[in-house]
Amino acid sequence: MTTRGFTGRPRRSDPRLPPGQYDVGDDWPVLTAEVTPGVDLATWRLVVDGAVGQPSSWSWDELHALPVERVDTDIHCVTTWSKLGTSFTGVRVDHLLAAAGPLPAATHVLARSVTGYTTNLPLADVTGGRAWAVWEHEGRPLPVPHGGPVRLLVPHLYFWKSAKWLERLTLLTADEPGFWERYGYHDRGDPWQQQRYQGD
Amino acid sequence: MTPTPGSVAPTGGWRSARVAAVDRPGPAAVRLRLDVADRVSHLPGQHYVVRLTAPDGYTASRSYSVASAPGDPLVELYVERLVDGEVSGYLADVLEPGDELEVRGPVGGWFVWDGTTPALAVGGGSGVVPLVSMLRHARDTGRPELLCLVGAARTAASLPYAEEMLDGCTLVALSQEDSPAGRPAGRLRAADLAPLVDGRDAGFVCGSAGFAETASQALVAAGMPADRVRVERFGPSG
Ligand SMILES: Cc1cc2nc3c(=O)[nH]c(=O)nc-3n(C[C@H](O)[C@H](O)[C@H](O)COP(=O)(O)OP(=O)(O)OC[C@H]3O[C@@H](n4cnc5c(N)ncnc54)[C@H](O)[C@@H]3O)c2cc1C
Repeated sequence: MTTRGFTGRPRRSDPRLPPGQYDVGDDWPVLTAEVTPGVDLATWRLVVDGAVGQPSSWSWDELHALPVERVDTDIHCVTTWSKLGTSFTGVRVDHLLAAAGPLPAATHVLARSVTGYTTNLPLADVTGGRAWAVWEHEGRPLPVPHGGPVRLLVPHLYFWKSAKWLERLTLLTADEPGFWERYGYHDRGDPWQQQRYQGD
Repeated sequence: MTPTPGSVAPTGGWRSARVAAVDRPGPAAVRLRLDVADRVSHLPGQHYVVRLTAPDGYTASRSYSVASAPGDPLVELYVERLVDGEVSGYLADVLEPGDELEVRGPVGGWFVWDGTTPALAVGGGSGVVPLVSMLRHARDTGRPELLCLVGAARTAASLPYAEEMLDGCTLVALSQEDSPAGRPAGRLRAADLAPLVDGRDAGFVCGSAGFAETASQALVAAGMPADRVRVERFGPSG
């Protein structure tokens, strides 16, 4: 249905922009449903548990001792903004899973924040060098409103899947909706398919 | 933050809405009254997505909170016109009664007030829009005492729904002028909220990302446990 009298902004066809997204440039909007928490790094640990052979956890220092890499990527928020050509530093989820040893029956991951926020992801979306636990953005410590000290980064899915203030990855043997997913957001959230809400 | 199962929102697909009324309460705002086909009733706090389509198929979608009460047969939206705003500019300048709009909603099951919990709700600028729905709903159901409203804006003239808010709010905080009730000009602070927190089981904060951050921290500093505070941040694009 065409909207009478609407022409829209001049289109810039950047092949990195998924359908329905626009480029925020240097901005980085903050969208969170909760009060921004304070995380005490002296006691914080990143835990991998659930359907694994060896539940494991890392302190802030232990995490830094794992192979660290810089990720150059684009990120896409379901509210239609994208941030192109940005970078994060952290450790691949693959390294965390290698230590914990997912059971053969494990199919999904539930990521959990210190606030209790959760989001579900197919295991295949966080393995094979496609997901990271990150603590730097463009070479500086990840700001707390953006999920610092450590957030999940799954750049090929809508950004609500990249849980802020990460504290736990729980391996599941069946899919289980997370926070937004229970409210009707999509279980997978592929921006190229515009999987915004259940049924898209 | 455990969601209440009863509040899971049906989102459904795109629906067509006929624009029943358009009015411009100020130079930078437009109020729309929409007749939505097969409307699913909303809870105060929920929003709709509005999608505009250009002749070449290009689309732009944005979220707008519902200002009307669930009992209102029409869906009312209040849109602040942003400089260079693609969708708000169209809605404010071009849209006329009788036009058709594509909408989807109600969306959101987290930032909702069930109408039975004693709540303290704080809105800044266009962030007061979902609070207006809460206020109207509390009145419709005869329980205005359940809702303690705080509205914030630069001036009374820039406060959306100024008349309704000045009448319905426990506190109006204006940063650039004294409020009609006598509060001296200044930003909303924890000290403003501290006397209002007692007995309120749920906190709601809505506004721009900056306002939502400051006001939600102020609410926690005022004594509301962080896990009882639900925040809606209006990004530069929703
Ligand atoms: C849950 C939710 C509820 C909301 N409820 C309301 C509400 O009740 N009322 C309300 O008024 N708003 C509300 N919003 C905000 C609303 O969704 C829109 O973000 C807002 O109307 C701006 O959209 P726009 O298309 O006019 O502006 P956009 O075109 O998105 O632009 C926003 C700003 O960014 C700049 N910009 C963005 N993209 C570009 C680009 N490609 N090129 C150049 N500049 C650009 C513009 O200069 C502009 O100032 C809500 C948001 C959310 C997430």
